[in-house]
Amino acid sequence: MRFSFFHLMPYSAVDLDAIKDTAWINFSNANYDPKEGHKLYNRYLDELEYADELGFDGICVNEHHQTAYGIMPQPSVIAGALSRRTENAKICVLGRALPLTENPLSIAEEYAMIDNVTGGRLIAGFVRGIGCEYHSYMVNPSSSLAKFHEAHDLILQAWTQPGPTAFEGKYYRFQYVNMWPLPYQKPHPPIWIPSQGSTETKDWASHPDRKYTMLMTFSPIQNVVRNMNAYSDKCDEYGYKCQPDQLGWALPLYVAETDKKAIEEARPHIENFFNKFVLAPTEYRMPPGYSSINSYKMIMENKMKFREQYLSIEMLMENGMFICGSPSSVSEKLESYQEQMGYGNLVIMGQFATLDHEHTKKSMQMFAEEVMPKLRHIGEPDVAAAE
Amino acid sequence: MADHKAETIDINGCATEVRRGGNGETLLFLHGAGGISAWAPYLDALAERYDVIAPSHPGFGNSDNPEWLDNISDMAYFYLDFMEQLDLTDVHLVGNSLGGWIASEVAVRSTDRIKTLTLVSAAGVNVVGVPMGDIFMWSNEEAARKMFFNQEMAEARIAAAADLTEEQKDVQLKNYFTTGKLSWNPRFHNPDLIKWLHRVKVPTMLIWGQSDNIFPPVYGEAYKEAITGSELRIIPECGHLPHQEKLDDFLAGVAANTSKT
Repeated sequence: MRFSFFHLMPYSAVDLDAIKDTAWINFSNANYDPKEGHKLYNRYLDELEYADELGFDGICVNEHHQTAYGIMPQPSVIAGALSRRTENAKICVLGRALPLTENPLSIAEEYAMIDNVTGGRLIAGFVRGIGCEYHSYMVNPSSSLAKFHEAHDLILQAWTQPGPTAFEGKYYRFQYVNMWPLPYQKPHPPIWIPSQGSTETKDWASHPDRKYTMLMTFSPIQNVVRNMNAYSDKCDEYGYKCQPDQLGWALPLYVAETDKKAIEEARPHIENFFNKFVLAPTEYRMPPGYSSINSYKMIMENKMKFREQYLSIEMLMENGMFICGSPSSVSEKLESYQEQMGYGNLVIMGQFATLDHEHTKKSMQMFAEEVMPKLRHIGEPDVAAAE
Repeated sequence: MADHKAETIDINGCATEVRRGGNGETLLFLHGAGGISAWAPYLDALAERYDVIAPSHPGFGNSDNPEWLDNISDMAYFYLDFMEQLDLTDVHLVGNSLGGWIASEVAVRSTDRIKTLTLVSAAGVNVVGVPMGDIFMWSNEEAARKMFFNQEMAEARIAAAADLTEEQKDVQLKNYFTTGKLSWNPRFHNPDLIKWLHRVKVPTMLIWGQSDNIFPPVYGEAYKEAITGSELRIIPECGHLPHQEKLDDFLAGVAANTSKT
């Protein structure tokens, strides 16, 4: 099993009462204080660097715009800062949102630079960005999926084909694709696809030409199980056996001395996360054309209804959207879920919403020292099958 | 109610749902973002005087959603094909909101088959400093309330939404998705359109609700300035849908324009 520590970098200094309907798009940046921001960026960088010291295999950042939910609109800036301050951990950008940029080659360049500086420690995440970003960046959601695929093809071409080459797409056109630098890792850095588990994504990521790691993010446990199993089934269909490394699960997680103490310490913060920081009306999350009509209807049915109610820590734990407890109960849960799903990557969001530095570090340390060693041996590649 | 029929016509491979009824000179009605789900009262009223043709745009209603549809320009050329194939001549072209934008885009390309142009709360132009209402951020309820001046009509629309069949809901989503595709950015306008509106030389009527929360009346003024000789009628106590909210004023405006020829 590989363990990664993921940070959203929330603006935790926010006045929670100021968040009424949403923390996104139009939640005024009059609520942002750069002095607090300065402290938070440096604190969060310390936490990511601490994860490297503790022996996490990866440290992860990601991209969101115009929101208190996460103040990392340009995650490669943070990844760049981490490149020189960390030694061993992979640096995972989960990811850059390909369709949001006019020129995906800029993402190919950022990633290649990080990969060169770190001597091959980059994991390259590709996402579309959530619906809200399409309002903030005014990018047409109806071409989001097509642009994602085209941008991906362009980036892979830039990374793997000796230049100059031409790229002639519907959305992107270049006469001379000839990137300097090239990525350090050959043929290219590992690619992860954070996903909520749409069929199209599973079929595409699991294809034998790609075998990209599908990272299930922030979903109720039954969705995570269903989607990971469907990904494995798709690999079978393609005629190969899914390896644990192809599956990842990302979720908030908190460890303390006892179950009771863990719940007590995490409660206000995880409830702030799911009831304040995540908050956005349906129209914000689901701009027209961002998904197919069928997916749109399904998401409306399932997720939106679930999120209409106040989510207590008990509900979140029950739903498997949050794991919280003593090292032994957390280990047990993760082990039993691993048996059901076969994932080889676990990505924990060890800081969420308003959780302070001391508790974040305490939980990280307990996880690294008391949970990771117990689970190291599971979710390892099936050597026989790989041969 | 006037005799009318609904049929599907193949326009260059695009199955197009077309409602048609009434007698008189040809009037082509181009609907707004919400589409046309039935032979509505305003179509029926127009049919007393005109041969009314009311298609569902490609990507709307029960019309095909063709691969080639990327932007408003595609839509404009589609309607040039449409008029050519049906051999419509001396057309009174009427468009509301998104349909008004399409009508303008058709007219700047060619008015060969167009006798008059009537734009009702039309999208298509932008007035810097006067924000449009952002329908993509509104819930259905909020949209209904902002669409009408008369809030009883808004409440009636909200109540009716509860009775929609799955099929009708799918059509609504289809309309919403295509609207997004055509008008996300630049939002509900084409920056190039205003440069060429002077090419429209047929009699043009601009009908606007005084309380239009999406394209305030100053948008109508921008059209008036761009199209020489056009007339702007601003209807009091009326929102974004004058043909629904103030039917008589709408009909009077259309009649005044079509009788100019």
